[in-house]
Order: sequence, then C-alpha cells, then structure tokens
Amino acid sequence: MDDRVILRIGTKILSPFILIFALYVQFHGDYGPGGGFQAGVIFAAAFVLYALVFGLGNAIKVMPPKVAYICGAMGVVIYLGVGYLSMFRGGEFLNYSYLFDPEHDPTHGQHYGIIGIELGVLVTVFGVMVALFYAFAGRRRIDT
Amino acid sequence: MSQNLPALLVVVPMLLAPIAALLNRSGPAWVVAAGGSWFAFGAAVQLLRRVMTEGVIVYSLGGWAAPIGIEYRIDMVSAFVTVIVTSIAAVGVIYARVSVADEISEDRHALFYAAFLLNVCGLLGIAITGDVFNVFVFLEISSLSAYSMIALGHDRRALTAAFQYLIMGSVGATFIVIGIGLLFVMTGTLGMMDLAQRIPEVWASGEGDRTIAVAFTFLTVGVTLKLALFPLHLWLPNAYTYAPSAVTGYMAATSTKVMVYLLMRFFFTVFGEQFSFDRMQLDMVLMPLALVAILAMSLVAIYQTNVKRLLAFSSVAQIGYMVLGISLGSVLGVAAGIIHLFNHALMKGALFMAMGCVMYRIGSVRIEDMKGLGKAMPWTMAAFVGAGLSMIGVPLTVGFISKWYLVQAALAQGSWFVAAIVMVGSLMALIYIWKVIEVAYFERREDEDEIQEAPLSLLVPTWALVAASFWFGIDAGTTSQVAISAAETLLGVMP
Repeated sequence: MDDRVILRIGTKILSPFILIFALYVQFHGDYGPGGGFQAGVIFAAAFVLYALVFGLGNAIKVMPPKVAYICGAMGVVIYLGVGYLSMFRGGEFLNYSYLFDPEHDPTHGQHYGIIGIELGVLVTVFGVMVALFYAFAGRRRIDT
Repeated sequence: MSQNLPALLVVVPMLLAPIAALLNRSGPAWVVAAGGSWFAFGAAVQLLRRVMTEGVIVYSLGGWAAPIGIEYRIDMVSAFVTVIVTSIAAVGVIYARVSVADEISEDRHALFYAAFLLNVCGLLGIAITGDVFNVFVFLEISSLSAYSMIALGHDRRALTAAFQYLIMGSVGATFIVIGIGLLFVMTGTLGMMDLAQRIPEVWASGEGDRTIAVAFTFLTVGVTLKLALFPLHLWLPNAYTYAPSAVTGYMAATSTKVMVYLLMRFFFTVFGEQFSFDRMQLDMVLMPLALVAILAMSLVAIYQTNVKRLLAFSSVAQIGYMVLGISLGSVLGVAAGIIHLFNHALMKGALFMAMGCVMYRIGSVRIEDMKGLGKAMPWTMAAFVGAGLSMIGVPLTVGFISKWYLVQAALAQGSWFVAAIVMVGSLMALIYIWKVIEVAYFERREDEDEIQEAPLSLLVPTWALVAASFWFGIDAGTTSQVAISAAETLLGVMP
C-alpha cells in the first residue's frame, strides 16, 4: 500500500485518536455507557487498522503476538487481583468498599474498584481481539 | 479466610488458569493445574463438611446481598456436586500429565492446563451459584473450555467433533438464556431463591402462566441438550471418542453430572416440584425419554467397535438412569439420581482412564486391537474389569448401590415396568462390557511380550477411581446419607 498516501497518512493521524477514544470509553464506564469490553475492542481496532494499511508484518513488529497472548491472560489476573485485594483487606470477593483504609470514604473504593476491573476487561479483550485478528490474517500459525 | 472459602473454591482455579497460560511451559503449568485442582478438592470437602453440620452457606459476592447482588448458595446438593467435580479433577490432573504429554503437542500443554482449570472453575461455579444468570456465565466458561480441550485431540476428527459440540452446545446455551430472559421479564429477578418465591405468585395470578411455561420449556430443552439426554445426545459420542484420553475421562465424569444437577436445581428449587410435575407434567416427558435412552443407547453401545465410542453411548444410557431418578419425583428417586451422579462419575472416569492407558501403549482403542491385552497389560485390563463390574451393577460395587436405590424408588411407586427396564439395562451393560473383556482376555496376539504395562502415573489415578468405586460400593453409608439429605433439601422435605 505504499502508493496510497491518503490511507497511510489518515491511519497515522487517526490511530492516536482511536486509542484516546478507547480510554475515554474505558474511564466513562463507571458512570455512563461504556466500559472495558467496548474500550478493549476500540483499542484493538486501532491495531487492526494499522495492520490493514501497513501490512501484517509491520503490525507484528508494533504488537508482537506474544504480547497479545500475555495481555489476554494478564487482564484476567488484573480483574481477579482486584477481587483478591478486597478479600485480603477483610471484605468479600470483589467488595470494593474495602479497597482503601477504613477511614477512607468507601465510595472511593467502589469508584476505583470498578475502574480496576474494567481495566482488566480492557486488557483481556484487547489482547484476545488482536490475537484473533492475527489468527485469521496469517495463514500460518503465529507462534506465541 | 475461611469465610471466603465459597468464593475461593471458584476463583482460585480461575486465577490459576491465566497463570498457567502465562507460564507457557508444560511442567510449571501442570504444577499450577494440579495445585488448583487439589486446592479445590480440599475446599469442596471442607464445605461439604460444613454444610453437613451447619446447614446452607450463603456468600454474597462484592458484599451485595441477593437478590440485588449475586450470591453463592451452597446446600447439600451443590456441596456434593462440587465434591464430585473436584475429586475427579484432582485425580484427572495427575493422570493428565503423562497422557497429555503423549497425545497433545508440547507447545499447547500450557493452554490445555489453562482450559482445564477454567473448566473446573466453570463447573464449580454452576454448582454453587444462587443466581440464574451467573449459571449461564459459568456455563459458557465451562463449555468454551470444553470445546477447546476436545479440539486438542490428536485425531483430526476431533476438530469436527468439537465444532459439532460447539454448535449444539451454543444452541443449548441460547435456549437456557432465553428461558432465563423470560423468567426475568415475568418476575424482575435473577436470584434463585427470589425466583422460587415469585414464580408461584406469577403463576397463581394467571397472567404470566404461559410465559413461565415457555421459559420452563426452554430451560428444560437447553439443559437436557447440554446433559445429552436422548434424543439430544448427538454431540456426545464424537466429542468423547476423539477428545484426548485425559479430557474424556475427566469430562465424562463431570460435565454432564453438573448439568444433571442444574436440571434438578431448575426443576425443584427455581420452579418448584409442584409447577414442574403438576403443571408441566414433567414426569410424562422425562420418564419415557430416560427409558428409551437406557434401552436404545445400551443397544447402540453393544454394536460399537471403538471402545471409547462404546463407553460414550453407555454414558448416554447412564444419563438415562439419572434422569429416570429425577422423573420419579420422589425423595427416593431423586436420591437415586444424585447418588448415581457420584457413582457413575467414579466408574465412567475409571473406564475411560483405563482406555487412556491402552491408547498410551498401543495407540488405538478399537476392540479388535485389544486382543491379548489381558495378558500384556494385566493391571489396566483389571481396572477395566473392576469398573466394568460396577457399570453392570454387581453387588459390592457402586453401580449396585445406584441401581438398588433406583429400583427401590420405582417399586415404591409400583412401577414394575420401570424396575424391569433398569434390570434389562444392566444386562445390556453386561453384554457390551463383556465384548471388550472377551477380546482382551480370550484372544491372543503375537506381539504380546512387546507391549508393556501402562506407566504408574496413569495406573495409580485409574486404580484410585476403581478402588473408590468398590469402597463406596461396600461402605455406601456416607454417600447415600448425603444423597438422601440432598434430595430432601431439593424437594423441600426437611428431615
């Protein structure tokens, strides 16, 4: 696609905005529509667009399949990590009110807790989306 | 920490699954999977003990009490099912190390163990959750991991088998979620206990009667598809035949059992016995299907030439016994169904594991390839015979206990016909087990001396299950006591 200047420049301009928009959806998720799943898909869309325009080889340099694989697993760990943290601090599993010290306002715990688990969802969905794209785009199996 | 045990039972395997995937090496991933399975086993046994002494354990996730939040609700039935799942998983994971190394390519071991842990987590979640939508979520976790584990089979047909299961399983899951959705529309709640209270109200008001009935139908068809009740069993034989041996042994003993549990949970706890049996006349539907399953599937099993496939059809027949117990609708009948969950898990797990040993040594499980194995692999075939006796229902084995209770339950209702069919089913089991034994012990092969006995790491787990199937056949006091009190809990008859 070396001669498609508009596509290449357009992709370069758009990519950062797509990523920022994903984060916007992510941080919007605790009060309004949005959340980790949508954010993860949008975040992955930036990489898919990059791969479509600049080719799979370049995309793999930017985002190696191994990283996508690790992201896919790490997100679950982040999500559950929040749950375990609240459990170790004396609450039930995923009881965010216990995330901070008792003198702290428990609503803050609820606020950051939900962002924490949504971050886990984002990371996993992003990783899996990119890995799925690689799996379909590459004929050969891409080693992780 | 101990008050968090209900959550830990599910989330420890769940956390260890991505860790196993991240380690990405066969050995460490196995250690993680083994640790997770044994932890879950310990936790499940402890929870069962606690339920036996203290009664129902309720755990509110995130501190939000049901019906607003999701609660884990562990009563006798769920505790017993978690013990079944985790005990098989704990034995199965030991078995898996050598068997998986033999049948699955090295770079996928870590992913296999991750899928295994997720499957354990999903099945345990279904067993202990008290929220119907949460059931669906865990159902998907366990199903998706099961599809991927089956697809890892070294035969290429494993892929089509897994795909077939994927399609059928997704249809089942969709039916279940439609049923849950209809219930939610009519009652505005997802908590099982809350539903149990509100469904009779809606039903009595007469307005939502039809919607509730349709929801009931969707749930019944969806769950029976998942548990492979005849005639919705078509996915099962291929899935069990082509899956890796360790997966077949583990799945045959756990996943359909949990689905039978789910069926009972919906019938007796959520909808209530009165609705299920009086309004929907469930017994008129389930009993004929169960009886046909026992007869027809045993008959099909007799004509199989692949032993794994034979055992898979036998599984469908055995599911018939469990559903038959449920369809009787009495405490004794449901208890017979529950006790057969455990007993069948032991014997079918052992039979499939014995076949895994054969697979490991001779690379085939076709009946004609098993000539002379009685001499070449005495311990493996002895395990097969031991578990096979149980399948037939010989006294002093668990199979006898199941059938004893089932026949008693049938006779208590005066159903001589049902009791007779149970007996005929046993005779047919004798035929298909004998077919294998005959070839293995009474025919000779030339290379008898070249075939070695299976390694200990496969034999010990297999024999652990065989020994358990004799132990609980001789000392059936504990299991039958638990099963009867579980049935009483389900039917709301307090002792």
